[in-house]
Amino acid sequence: MAHDTTVQTAGHDEHHHESPVVFGFWVYLMTDCIIFGSLFATFAVLRNQFNGGPSGHQLFEISGLAIETALLLISSITYGFGMIAAHKNEISKVIMWLGVTFLLGLGFVGLEVNEFANMIHEGAGPDRSAFLSAFFTLVATHGLHVTCGLIWIVTLIVQLMGTTAIPERMMNKLTCLSLFWHFLDIVWICVFTYVYLASMV
Amino acid sequence: MSEIHTSSSGESHGSVTSYVIGFVLAVILTVLAFAVVATHSLSPSGTILALSVLALVQVVVHLHYFLHMGGGSEQRWNNMCFVFTVGFVAIFIIGTLFIMNNTAIHMMSR
Repeated sequence: MAHDTTVQTAGHDEHHHESPVVFGFWVYLMTDCIIFGSLFATFAVLRNQFNGGPSGHQLFEISGLAIETALLLISSITYGFGMIAAHKNEISKVIMWLGVTFLLGLGFVGLEVNEFANMIHEGAGPDRSAFLSAFFTLVATHGLHVTCGLIWIVTLIVQLMGTTAIPERMMNKLTCLSLFWHFLDIVWICVFTYVYLASMV
Repeated sequence: MSEIHTSSSGESHGSVTSYVIGFVLAVILTVLAFAVVATHSLSPSGTILALSVLALVQVVVHLHYFLHMGGGSEQRWNNMCFVFTVGFVAIFIIGTLFIMNNTAIHMMSR
């Protein structure tokens, strides 16, 4: 059974043709890119509209940002190692790497939620100024995507448990999640550059 | 069998080496971006310019090493889709900034 599947996959991959599922997911990611683009444009327009409230310079801490960025960056390479294991059909390793990626992602979301809670507690919630509304909308949309990614990782871990081979269908799922996860990392590059670091200049 | 499988998909899906190279580059670029801001070594406009260049390079690094984008014919549709989206988003963001800035000047709100 495992033998058959492998041969089939190898045949399909002969010219590195991606499955239509993966291409369809790529198109979805491009539309997601437009959503983030519009949120970045909104933030760029409203970035100085403080309405007497706190500015990014007063609110953001570079140490917390560095830890969040590190977690997301490391989770990218751990997912990559998971994909390599998947191509070698080493399911226990795939589950292990997905688990590590999940924990890193969870740490990221935890830090972000904590940061948001502190800001709201200090009276710097999304209702304080246009700048903060744009900030919370943009950063929370990214955080929500990461949370969806976490749910997706758990789902795939459960589906992989107890199986002995990775059929093409499962490989497509792992590839789509790989694209999603790395795409979110790219969005985060733009977030930490233009939202956080640019406000600290 | 597994050998054939690995060799046929190894290139387009990345290897340990390519992931590690991408990761090291990404870490260097990220640390540089944080260092530029933390050390205040450049003028404010210089810092923004440096951050933009570092972010752009890092996005390209991630696209190449993690999302495995390349110029191959099998990725033609992916690339066309990507170029359209990037062009659309660029027009969208630059256009928004231009129009809103222009409006603000004419309404004398700045």
